[in-house]
Amino acid sequence: MTTITRTTTRVNSNTLAIAFTALLGLGIMIFAGHVQASTLHDAAHDVRHASGFPCH
Amino acid sequence: MFTRILTSALFAGFAAGLIAAVLQLVFVQPVLLHAELYETGAKLHFGTEGSVSHGPALTFDAMRDGLSILFSALVYTGYGLMLIAAMALADERGVKITTRKGILWGLAGFITVHFAPAISLPPEVPGSAAADVATRQVWWFSTIAVTGLSMALIAFGQNWKAWGAAIVLLLLPHVIGAPHPDTFTGTTPPELGSLFASRALGVGLAAWVLLGLFAAYFWQHEGNA
Repeated sequence: MTTITRTTTRVNSNTLAIAFTALLGLGIMIFAGHVQASTLHDAAHDVRHASGFPCH
Repeated sequence: MFTRILTSALFAGFAAGLIAAVLQLVFVQPVLLHAELYETGAKLHFGTEGSVSHGPALTFDAMRDGLSILFSALVYTGYGLMLIAAMALADERGVKITTRKGILWGLAGFITVHFAPAISLPPEVPGSAAADVATRQVWWFSTIAVTGLSMALIAFGQNWKAWGAAIVLLLLPHVIGAPHPDTFTGTTPPELGSLFASRALGVGLAAWVLLGLFAAYFWQHEGNA
């Protein structure tokens, strides 16, 4: 019973870590590449064009 | 687990981002700066002396290019986190991640976020006409989502049901079509537009292959630590 509980906890925390990492990555990519706020847009302008992100 | 994920992703993403920035500044930036002369009207396509084909010399603008290096590192760190998350998920399911196979992971990532969207919405040179940005973003994000899913189905699918679904998903965004402007009012010569698009894709390919390689290397290395 104890073993089962531990295994479940480990799998859940791994899944959580993976999901958090993916969302963090997506968030950074959206912030750096896609948010249209003008200061951000101007700072990231050249990278956005060169990365093929929709820009302007 | 979480430390391993974060460490590998940050190292791999940052390294690939810095290399991407250097390649971009050398190969893409001169084309971009040249195109901006047409975008702003400093040069005129079909003008009497306006279309001389040599562009501005390669220079380094500390502020502008410094920001590009920073944002390139940020974008690839984001990619690195998503790639490592996918690798960790596969690892959990018994897939062995080797440094060599990292190249394939990188290629799949390149196809997902660069090549597939570029098939219908090529990297935009400054001074080209484009549809509404929000509409293009919806199409772009939908395309990378279904392409990423189809990459996973191709790599890990066991039968034609999975591969068939992958083919449908790969084609779908292009059958639907990307948003394009009603009228073509771009001021930049097509010669610069096509060079810009292929250079941007070339840099993306190099950076993503390296990102896959680095991510797999650090994932293995951190796993043994």
